[in-house]
Amino acid sequence: MRIQQISMFVENKPGHLTMPARLLAEEGIDIRSLYLADTQQFGIVRMIVSDWQKAARILETHGFAVKVTEVLAVEVADRPGGLTRILVALDGIGINIEYMYAFPYSRTDEAILIFRFADLDAAMARLQAAGINLVTSEELLTK
Amino acid sequence: MNAMFETAASECHPASVPDYTPLPELRDLQLKRLQAVVTLAWKRVKLFRTRMDERGLAPEDIRSLDDIAKLPFTQKSDLRDTYPFGLFASPMKDVVRLHASSGTTGKPIVVAYTQKDVDVWTSVLVRCFAGCGLHRGDIMQVAYGYGLFTGGLGAHYGAEGLGATVVPTSGGHADRQIMLMRDFGVTAMCCTPTYFLHLIDRAAELGVDMKELPLRAGIFGAEPWTESMRKHIEKMSSIEAFDIYGLSEIIGPGVGCECRRHQGLHIFEDHFYPEIVDPETGAPLADGCEGELVLTTLSKQAMPMIRYRTRDITSILRGQCGCGRTLRRIDRIGRRSDDMLIIRGVNVFPSQVEAALLEIEGTLPHYQIVLTRVQGLDEMEVQVEVTPQMFNDKIGALQELHQKLQSALDHVLGIRVRVALVEANSIERSEGKAKRVIDRRTA
Repeated sequence: MRIQQISMFVENKPGHLTMPARLLAEEGIDIRSLYLADTQQFGIVRMIVSDWQKAARILETHGFAVKVTEVLAVEVADRPGGLTRILVALDGIGINIEYMYAFPYSRTDEAILIFRFADLDAAMARLQAAGINLVTSEELLTK
Repeated sequence: MNAMFETAASECHPASVPDYTPLPELRDLQLKRLQAVVTLAWKRVKLFRTRMDERGLAPEDIRSLDDIAKLPFTQKSDLRDTYPFGLFASPMKDVVRLHASSGTTGKPIVVAYTQKDVDVWTSVLVRCFAGCGLHRGDIMQVAYGYGLFTGGLGAHYGAEGLGATVVPTSGGHADRQIMLMRDFGVTAMCCTPTYFLHLIDRAAELGVDMKELPLRAGIFGAEPWTESMRKHIEKMSSIEAFDIYGLSEIIGPGVGCECRRHQGLHIFEDHFYPEIVDPETGAPLADGCEGELVLTTLSKQAMPMIRYRTRDITSILRGQCGCGRTLRRIDRIGRRSDDMLIIRGVNVFPSQVEAALLEIEGTLPHYQIVLTRVQGLDEMEVQVEVTPQMFNDKIGALQELHQKLQSALDHVLGIRVRVALVEANSIERSEGKAKRVIDRRTA
């Protein structure tokens, strides 16, 4: 259930994403999702890729500051109310979402939400108890 | 010999015996050598003779060590102005080696050695390394650049002279440096302190724990570094870090070095006579006063240097070192007189920036100061590399780090600076020396 996400520090300047993207492409690594959190000066690239160990190694070898963090991927219906159902399940038990982002599946009517929690285990238990489908990394990469 | 220190002297490496010369004997030797070197330069070096004549001075006027203050200074520009061989005192047939350092502007500086000069150079480096507790059986990796730069070959000859096993890796190729350090069981490393910091970072990325390696000593020099940097290096790598001092104009590395007391750097003053002068007026300053270090080579043949202005700011420490060496010590050099930046009228030294950065836990001092002028106002930006250790994948945590750096710098410098977090390894490093200041202000 736990998904390994790769985070990387980049300066907020033109061209600074090209090099890491090229490095991953050259090694045949598929980027399943990419989210850029940015400030005026710098950004954090968060990625879920086909081979996170290899990707982390390649980026580190080329001098990038990389961290691997565990996140949860949740499948929701891609229609109004989909997100609300998940958030309601998490409300009221003090589980803080550190950050989240979403992306749609290309050929279904579902979307994937990626969550980073301060307490991943508690969130996982809560979501499972509420009958919410957590996506495994295999599913995420094959869908 | 002073009875109290007999043990220390008798246990030392044979080359280190001069370190313990009784003071009256040392001063006699220095005076004799000073008189000889002044005579040599007066006979053979036109620039020096002209300056002596202008002062109405002759070599016979040097009757005591204090008379050194009468002699004219030599500056870096003198080496440039007489490029390439104008300050040589030996004919080329007696010169066995030339080194050159890239000047920051224009022509390089050329320095020359006779065979005896090379032998003296080797002997002072043996004394440096022996003072750091190294000996035959040690495996020493020399990661200073080999070539025209004096660092690599100087340390190499010294390590061989000591009887140690030398691994001459020269600079660069961090991964290979780390692999050899581990595979060969290297016990001592010679490089710049910033390059060693880089190796510590890189080793961590490669999963090599420096603390587990047989490495026990680092002899770091060729750039000023701070006490807090020493603590950081020693903590991260479990080694004993030594500060070594030298400059090509005088001989190269090995002008002075710390002993295991780490209370200043002993100057091998039987060969290099130290003075401290006021950097503005050139007036001699008493021991204990901070000023510019001026050095005179007492035994150099190919290129004697009389009262060379090093631009390094330090003081001669009072009193004798607990190690028993009679050699005087200088304080660690934290800054150079030409390092000082004036920003909006405030004096700023790069070493202050470094000290402030080190106060923040987890920050390694890979940084660069960029000066610009915007609408007539000086702007100072401090770029700090985000290492894997510092990196956190939450924006808030990085902003907090940014804020901490900002307030530490504002506090120490007393002026507002801009802090920029930049990608790891994005700040250019040359020859293993980090270029700390980029000044884009146009006058």
